[in-house]
Amino acid sequence: MDDPLTIAGREFGSRLIMGTGGASNLAVLERALIASGTELTTVAIRRVDASGGGGVLDLLRRLGIEPLPNTAGCRTAAEAVLTARLAREALGTNWIKLEVVADERTLLPDPVELLDAARQLVDDGFVVLPYTNDDPVLALRLEEAGCAAVMPLGSPIGTGLGIRNPHNIELIVARSSVPVVLDAGVGTASDAALAMELGCSAVLLATAVTRAEDPERMAAAMRAAVDAGRLARTAGRIPKRFWAQASSPGI
Amino acid sequence: MIVRVNGEAQEWAEGTTVDEIVRRLGAPPSGVAVAMDGEVVPRATWEATAVRDGAVVEVLTAVQGG
Repeated sequence: MDDPLTIAGREFGSRLIMGTGGASNLAVLERALIASGTELTTVAIRRVDASGGGGVLDLLRRLGIEPLPNTAGCRTAAEAVLTARLAREALGTNWIKLEVVADERTLLPDPVELLDAARQLVDDGFVVLPYTNDDPVLALRLEEAGCAAVMPLGSPIGTGLGIRNPHNIELIVARSSVPVVLDAGVGTASDAALAMELGCSAVLLATAVTRAEDPERMAAAMRAAVDAGRLARTAGRIPKRFWAQASSPGI
Repeated sequence: MIVRVNGEAQEWAEGTTVDEIVRRLGAPPSGVAVAMDGEVVPRATWEATAVRDGAVVEVLTAVQGG
């Protein structure tokens, strides 16, 4: 079934966006990425060191996966804007996953710095995909600022706690005219399926796959879950009823 | 002169360019970006951009993350 994800006018056949963090090595990551079917995958921007570290870009290029640089680790709008500009220079893409976190323990987005950075980067010609709180008001503000998608968390990064406030995700979806990508907190396949059933356009995840006992198998599970959730959403689920309703004809 | 490269104070000759610093770091041939004193230095200008005493140079690339 042809049902592409469209962000900023660009189509992707897969609605699963992957991250590369947490994989024990590149060979494991490669098998997981292939199994996931992803076409868009995040990378972080860090100092060049003696170990080289450039291997992940070569891997993505070989697999035909578009790299999506992020601003992970940035705490202020100024840091995030500079990191985005360096990513554009290094990778030749004006797409950026904007991440501005408030502290190391929660890794929750700092809404004030995030919105400031989003406005600056949109003005500078970036396609901005912000990692945001599950706050329907902030999501709207980010959309108004010109972001190409909004990416609310299900729960904090790396916790695997799933979607803690499904109603907020539904509220964000109901009012958004840009794609909503559930980003962070996915622990297992049912979380990814739920995100899609709630109306998200895509799911972005890393830890749930890269730190699973069998990353390749979990990547396949996530792919199936995203597809199943999307199908269920577009199929139109039955309303919930209080009393039973017989599914066989009366005797 | 002293230049801070990726957090490390290093001794460099006057007139050193951004390109020379990147090359000595052994950075991969592509996928690299440079900031000097908080501003991006476009790759096309690395060879022509002299580094001044006390400059803070960051040489960055893409790694696993996110």
